[in-house]
Amino acid sequence: MSNLKLELKEKIIEQLNLEDIAIEEIADTDPLFGEGLGLDSIDALELIVMLDKDYGIKLADPKQGKSIFESIDSMAAYIEEHRSR
Amino acid sequence: MKNDYHIQGYCHIRNNGVSLNGNSLYQREDDSFQDFIKGAYKHIEIDYSKFFKMDNLSKLAFLAADILLHKETEKNVGVVLSNKASSLDTDRKHQKSLKEYPSPAVFVYTLPNICLGEISIKHQLYSENSFFIFNTFNAEYLHTYANSLLDDQKSEKVLCGWVNFDDEKYDAFLYVVAKKGTFVHSEAEINRLYQKL
Repeated sequence: MSNLKLELKEKIIEQLNLEDIAIEEIADTDPLFGEGLGLDSIDALELIVMLDKDYGIKLADPKQGKSIFESIDSMAAYIEEHRSR
Repeated sequence: MKNDYHIQGYCHIRNNGVSLNGNSLYQREDDSFQDFIKGAYKHIEIDYSKFFKMDNLSKLAFLAADILLHKETEKNVGVVLSNKASSLDTDRKHQKSLKEYPSPAVFVYTLPNICLGEISIKHQLYSENSFFIFNTFNAEYLHTYANSLLDDQKSEKVLCGWVNFDDEKYDAFLYVVAKKGTFVHSEAEINRLYQKL
């Protein structure tokens, strides 16, 4: 699980072009949207694409994203439970 | 023309260099555009993390605009930009990605006028804006359009120019038209400044 969390932090920084944020600055419980990393709605769509592309998870209802993408902890837990690759 | 207007300042970004009113602000040789524009952003000390999420055309327009507007207090600044390649660089990236997983973050930049939005968001401009496509830099059109915005009191100042990006080749020339300034706002002067570097 901790490897997955590290992997997610790396992917988020790289795929969402967070050039001025380092991996160690993202805590597992930090909110990804709003006051945390400050991600926006386009970033949310990128995360949905990332779940599909990298972990074989298709979100049937994009509204699910709100709880899944709350933090690195919540993302990792959801991926562990639902991944097909 | 109802009034005489002037060019308050101008900025070039081309040939691995950034200049303001003809004076070099940043120069770096033999770099990719990505490295060059990132280096210029850091050198000029712009603090705006969303810069890194922009496509190449928006980065180019945003940087040139920020150099001209970062001390500007007037908020009714119209923005009138132009180029030849539209958003082709990003359009191609999006087209390639269609075979696998299209990126929403790339897709949102598949229009050239998105760069006007990036500039307006940063500088909190709720003003007139337009983006035109020409085969070559068209001083005559920009001159007429800027005068019209100022004559009709649609804008107090106008950020005008050319911002083109295609196939790693880039060229930006932006200038601010105002009631007061160093250079006469004429077609001949716009062309002279455009070709200066």
